[in-house]
Amino acid sequence: MDLHRNLFSGNNVIKAMANMHVRGNGLGGGFAVYGLYPEYKNHYVFHIMYQRRDIKPEIYPFLVKHFNVAKDEEIPTNPSKAIHDPPLLWRYFLTPKTEPQFSDEYVVEKVNALNTDFEGVYVFSSGKDMGVFKGVGYPEDIAKYFCLNEYKGYIWTAHSRFPTNTQGWWGGAHPFNILDWTVVHNGEISSYGINRRFLETQGYRCALHTDTEVIAYAIDLLIRKHKLPLEVACKVFAPPFWSHVDKMSDVEQKWINAIRQTYSSLLLNGPFTIIMAHHGEMIGLTDRIRLRPLTAGIQDNKLYMSSEESSIRLISPNLEKVWTPQGGEPIVGRLNQKVTTHSSDIIFAKVKT
Amino acid sequence: MITHLLPEFLIERDHKRCIRCKVCLRQCGFDVHYYDSDDDQMLVREQDCVGCQRCAALCPTNALIIKPHPHAYKPNLNWSKDHIRDLTKQAETGSVLITGMGNDKGLPIYWDRLILNASQVTNPSIDPLREPMETRTFLGQKPDKIQVEDGMLKTTLAPQIMVESPILFSALSYGAISYQAIESLAKAATKFGTLFNTGEGGLPIPLRKYGENAIVQCASGRFGVDAEYLNSGVIVEIKIGQGAKPGIGGHLPGGKVTEQVSRTRMIPVGVDALSPAPQHDIYSIEDLSTLIHALKEATNYEKPISVKISAVHNSAAIASGVVRAGADIIALDGIRGGTGAAPKAIRDNVGIPIELALAAVDMRLRQEGIRNKASIIAAGGFRCSADVIKAITLGADAVYLGTAALVAIGCTLCQKCYTGICNWGICTTNPYLSKRINPNIASQRLVNLLQSWSLEIKEMMGGMGVNAIESLRGNRHHLRGVDLHDWELDLLGVRGAGR
Amino acid sequence: MTLRIVPVKRGVAEFNAQNLLSFELNGRVKEAATQGANKIVLNNIFGQRYIGTRLYHQDPLEIEVNGTPGNDLGAFLDGHRIVVNGNAQDGLGNTMNNGEIVVHGRAGDILGMSMRGGEIFVRDSVGYRVGIHMKEYGEKQPVIIIGGTSQDFLGEYMAGGTIILLGQHRGSNITHKMRFIGTGMHGGTIYISGNIKNCHLSEQVTVLNLDKKDHNIIDKYVRKYESYFRVSKNKAMNLDFKKIIPVAKRPYGHLYSH
Repeated sequence: MDLHRNLFSGNNVIKAMANMHVRGNGLGGGFAVYGLYPEYKNHYVFHIMYQRRDIKPEIYPFLVKHFNVAKDEEIPTNPSKAIHDPPLLWRYFLTPKTEPQFSDEYVVEKVNALNTDFEGVYVFSSGKDMGVFKGVGYPEDIAKYFCLNEYKGYIWTAHSRFPTNTQGWWGGAHPFNILDWTVVHNGEISSYGINRRFLETQGYRCALHTDTEVIAYAIDLLIRKHKLPLEVACKVFAPPFWSHVDKMSDVEQKWINAIRQTYSSLLLNGPFTIIMAHHGEMIGLTDRIRLRPLTAGIQDNKLYMSSEESSIRLISPNLEKVWTPQGGEPIVGRLNQKVTTHSSDIIFAKVKT
Repeated sequence: MITHLLPEFLIERDHKRCIRCKVCLRQCGFDVHYYDSDDDQMLVREQDCVGCQRCAALCPTNALIIKPHPHAYKPNLNWSKDHIRDLTKQAETGSVLITGMGNDKGLPIYWDRLILNASQVTNPSIDPLREPMETRTFLGQKPDKIQVEDGMLKTTLAPQIMVESPILFSALSYGAISYQAIESLAKAATKFGTLFNTGEGGLPIPLRKYGENAIVQCASGRFGVDAEYLNSGVIVEIKIGQGAKPGIGGHLPGGKVTEQVSRTRMIPVGVDALSPAPQHDIYSIEDLSTLIHALKEATNYEKPISVKISAVHNSAAIASGVVRAGADIIALDGIRGGTGAAPKAIRDNVGIPIELALAAVDMRLRQEGIRNKASIIAAGGFRCSADVIKAITLGADAVYLGTAALVAIGCTLCQKCYTGICNWGICTTNPYLSKRINPNIASQRLVNLLQSWSLEIKEMMGGMGVNAIESLRGNRHHLRGVDLHDWELDLLGVRGAGR
Repeated sequence: MTLRIVPVKRGVAEFNAQNLLSFELNGRVKEAATQGANKIVLNNIFGQRYIGTRLYHQDPLEIEVNGTPGNDLGAFLDGHRIVVNGNAQDGLGNTMNNGEIVVHGRAGDILGMSMRGGEIFVRDSVGYRVGIHMKEYGEKQPVIIIGGTSQDFLGEYMAGGTIILLGQHRGSNITHKMRFIGTGMHGGTIYISGNIKNCHLSEQVTVLNLDKKDHNIIDKYVRKYESYFRVSKNKAMNLDFKKIIPVAKRPYGHLYSH
């Protein structure tokens, strides 16, 4: 992430991902880019995948009914031997036919409908001035396929997949998205069953057959719907252990008790490193006992986070600062602010008495 | 009339080992053993033996073997020995057959057909002895969300009761069990950090010092219920029903109502303590809501209110109603739950297994978006830690142990609790018998039970790659079924093993 | 497999590792060793793994790694000396049996996992689960010495060997924050300089003062650390150490019955 919102090309990101080739098995690769559609800044951009080309005409009437379509076109691709039997990827620049204060909820509802009511149709991303490019293939091959070297953005996240629980498919690659939130994830969510059950009672539909999906919906619920600060949402996912809570101040204990007891079904258990992003923020979070790696580095107002330091060094050799986070403590990059590494410094100061 | 009943148990004594110490004679409250001084040998009246194994356990030379009497009617799969015996008894007495403990008829035990997951390769299992493993559980109503304004936490949680492990002691009333037994439960709960339940019998004053770990029950007989009693524990539980005898009230035979029981329950000595079938101020769901709120008022809104119901056909709908009526906790008691006394016909034929009730209730509450409004405690024949963890995985917040706790103290399930004669000193108020329990020792046995089960649960959690119990609660993804029909898999919300 | 001839000049082989996969790189390193190199210099290392692992049959040599080596540097190392000019990643010295690894920077998680011999020196700090299940037997006494601090689960399940933490960064003290120190420890010793809170130690360990034998061990390794990393002498020597050892050999024996 460029902390001053300077747009940069994805070449280095792709290079860094290629350097970690052995971590994936080629059955999933993907990128999220923020700031890449400056001429359509205020439009929701839908990246839609059609598993069969003949479905596409059915969707257009649906979109026109609910949105004003400013532009739509096939996402430019570069046919490649490495990418087999790709589906059709199309992008639409849309404004919702509803009042502005309901836009987000409206978009989420229509995306849900597209994902569940139309067979073979999946929305990869639906935020403003951002986009997700992903599919079955190594990330560097996916990047080439989608001509990612031609885009510029101020936040880039990327992922290489080694799917096990579900078979690799185009929709199952990371990042997962809702509105302008994206999530890439390394690990396995052992609490998936209950996370999903809970989110379904809150109206989210898990259509993409991959555990990571619940993280995107959870962050949307906590931040957009329940209006919780980001650090509180992170504490829902990775709360401190009770043995440490018992030693905290009264105020902090009240916070953690409220969080853990209200949102027990959204605790993310199992090993994980996740990198979440939305406009203005990029967040890295690991599980409470740090079973997955994450290294962060800063150089020239760019924040880097990666599963391996070597990939960061390859593209940014003179890091001013390099560290691995404490399990459960988020690293937050925010525009024009200092990178934060400990949530307890920021919040948990005030409790209503 | 003369009886046609044959003895249930056979007592084999190795006379070469027997040293005529007469421990068996003194220990047997049914007067089975007696001494023949002419022949200097111990003899028995086996027709009175209930098979409780007390004499065999305490015989210093292991001279006794007590086993089911091998006499057999002609083999008949339709008329079992039990059916013939029960009918014979009724022909000779003209009365309702009473029994104790839980259903022994072999209904399917779904715990034995559900199996758990373990993590491998894609997810490391976690070692509970070396890395943190959290089983801390909070019982009470949870909010839909928390409110934060200007960085300030604005939400105050409703009263929560914290237990370190989701295993509680079930309702065992003083009168049904001895004072020493209930004291042992109270001591153990306090030492370990969990809760015990007074049942219908009230909470004797000397035991009120254990109030921080007590659930006080308000049952249909309202025995011992006054404002002080209601405020002496940390949770108040309205008993609508219990799994062993859905639809009928509690039954404490007069023989068990001693002076002390009389004082605690506020009824005359020697009189049967019958709890009415319904609570007479609850004839409809809105009446329950009235009582719940009355109790909240009486306890200044400081204590969660629990409602205990039997598991019956429409448990899911009832549970939804109970939660909407204002209950903070709902306790479900299945057909295999135990009791001090119940008509045998009801114990064995009324109610449904806890596994199915729990699955249905948890599912229904989630469908209606109200699962957070009440914690679920499951009860009814939990035999081991694996049963407990499967219940959590199906959706329970905690489980109640009744029979298991008594077995830890010494019970061998002879099912004669209603007689008031319990050679182990548990289900009796006879002071000579109940003195056999030393609360210091019995409470240590109970603590050992809680400790060993908690450790086993942590090992299984770790095996699933989970280090916080909230990630397992309701996470049916970690269960699979074996030897189950499709409708059972569907109701339980689990897939068949291999899928 | 075609063997590439790697030029060896006066016993030294040096090459550019850019764009080499781990397999190729380690193949060339082995090739150089086979051709009699006793020092191999690797430049532009970015993430290549298992450096030094394939050298089981070779005579002792030294490998200089310039860059950021990937995971499992020196895994199963059996002799040889590896010097890293830069930071290292996870799994350094994994199940190492013999030899020496020196890192002029920091290192990651599970450093020295199941280590059974040899010595590891890290100038700065390290990550999670360092020294997990380290072992010792007879003369095989592995040692890990860290200049800075570590993260949680230091010495988890340790059965033998020695870990030394100096708690220093560029001459000043670092506050140790790691928790669950020595969880499951049943052998070996951890020496830590700097303040550690009791609540950060596991229940399986106890803290003792140093005896003469301890001082000798610390002296020996701190001196070595100073010479490798050119830290001013005597600065490290004035550090105040605590000794952490297991309480029992069977820390969980009472929990299991038959």
